[in-house]
Amino acid sequence: MWQAFVRWFHKWSSPKWFYTMSQPWSFWLGWAATLIIAVALIWGLMFAPVERLQGNSYRIIFLHVPSAFLSQAIYAAIAVLGLVGLVWKMKLAFFVAKQCIPVGASMALLALITGAIWGKPTWGTWWEWDARLTSMLVLLLLYLGLWALHNAMERPESGDRASAILALVGVVNLPIIKFSVEWWNTLHQPATLKFTEAPPMHVSMLIPFLMAIVGFYLASMAWVLMRTRLEILQRERKSRWVEEELNRFAEGQ
Amino acid sequence: MGAFDSFAAFLAMGDHGVYVWSSYAVGAGVIAFNMISPRLHRHRLISDHKRRMRREQR
Amino acid sequence: MTFLPLLRSVFRREMQLAYRRRSDLANPLLFFLIVVVLFPLGVTPDMSKLAEMAPGVLWVGALLANLLSLDLLFRSDYEDGSLEQMLLAAVPPTLLVLCKVSAHWLVTGLPLTLLAPLLSVMLGLPGSAIPLLMVSLALGTLCLSLIGSIGAALTVGLRKGGLLLTLLIMPLFVPVIIFGTGAVQAQVAGLPWLAQLAMLAAMTTGSLALAPLLTVAALRIAVGD
Repeated sequence: MWQAFVRWFHKWSSPKWFYTMSQPWSFWLGWAATLIIAVALIWGLMFAPVERLQGNSYRIIFLHVPSAFLSQAIYAAIAVLGLVGLVWKMKLAFFVAKQCIPVGASMALLALITGAIWGKPTWGTWWEWDARLTSMLVLLLLYLGLWALHNAMERPESGDRASAILALVGVVNLPIIKFSVEWWNTLHQPATLKFTEAPPMHVSMLIPFLMAIVGFYLASMAWVLMRTRLEILQRERKSRWVEEELNRFAEGQ
Repeated sequence: MGAFDSFAAFLAMGDHGVYVWSSYAVGAGVIAFNMISPRLHRHRLISDHKRRMRREQR
Repeated sequence: MTFLPLLRSVFRREMQLAYRRRSDLANPLLFFLIVVVLFPLGVTPDMSKLAEMAPGVLWVGALLANLLSLDLLFRSDYEDGSLEQMLLAAVPPTLLVLCKVSAHWLVTGLPLTLLAPLLSVMLGLPGSAIPLLMVSLALGTLCLSLIGSIGAALTVGLRKGGLLLTLLIMPLFVPVIIFGTGAVQAQVAGLPWLAQLAMLAAMTTGSLALAPLLTVAALRIAVGD
């Protein structure tokens, strides 16, 4: 049993194996995500009932919460992948981690912008230095730092390792950052209306809400997968199988 | 139409239309970025490859 | 004026070089953002208190961000020898310096100015003050690029040039900050602001006329070394 697991684990050290194996996943994840997100958002926009306290602006939640969850989940994934890459010297882990960065950063940005826009009808201002938004902003800065580090390095391999170290430092720091930001926030502001405590949701809101979360998870996986496959082609371009694949693409154009 | 009396009411979102629709527009933008960016990368890979092939054939 | 085509090609070269290092262009903007995030974290999340500090924080943030990129203004040209060529060219070097500085402002000061409105919202600056903020920042960053070019020229050959550069320029820059933030703060308080803005504009115009001369003198020292 253990031998079988070890054998399976070692398959992942071959980018070529992953590239071939992931093609159907890319296709199905993409379509599943599209379907689920479409249903979730249309339901949330058109059919979910009007909320008692916030009126219709709460519908932003179907974008805001999934993207917030995802930006944090993806960051954790980057850290884990970085660890796997450093410890087991697995190139593929680094490729996936690198391509998680733009997806995760775009999720953090979406969470931030939708949070700010939602804040206007709810708090009266476009921006509020509350614990959640501030932590999300710091998370975005962490993402931007990872990307900048990749770009700054001469060789992509150094970028992989440097970013992995940075991500590990960041993931350890993230709970500390969130804790301190919450403390900072409560220190200066007595408990103001915090709509971040989710109002108990009626089931007709809950279902599209959960669907949106699942949909965005699947979409992120599909996007990371698409990008990783391209990263593999880019990094392994000197090898024969990539040349043949690229020739096939070139002819297909 | 679902929770709304009319399409106009749907667009207005009870006064909050600007906020809801601009959020969804940003959402669409993020989704579009994540779909288009890999395609651009792919295009660049292929054109780089073609250029390399041309150079090696000389 | 037969200098124009040459100046145009120098300008285009600067822009191409900047475009090749696109990701470096984001650094000042990120720095600006980080400064604006750190201030509330270090002081208070209370928007009304932040709004009082907003003009100053935004100005200082933009200037520090601008300062970061100044060190590189002449460094790569110095290292590959093109600086000497520029000083020996038929075109008056002051025009070439003006060309380089304006290209630098276009890729540093101007983007910072354009980012400022977004950051000003995060600090609670009243929306009515944003146009004046942008005008003052546009003038201020241009002034910094000009005065900063003198410092960059003085320190181009030195190893620890960057630190010294900051030390040299910042005292020269005190009046610019005072009048720049003064204008915006006055407008927020509902007081007359035109005088401060005029002073800022005067300082910028003055440096536009004089800084290139001093920069060229400093470059000659550096190259002659």
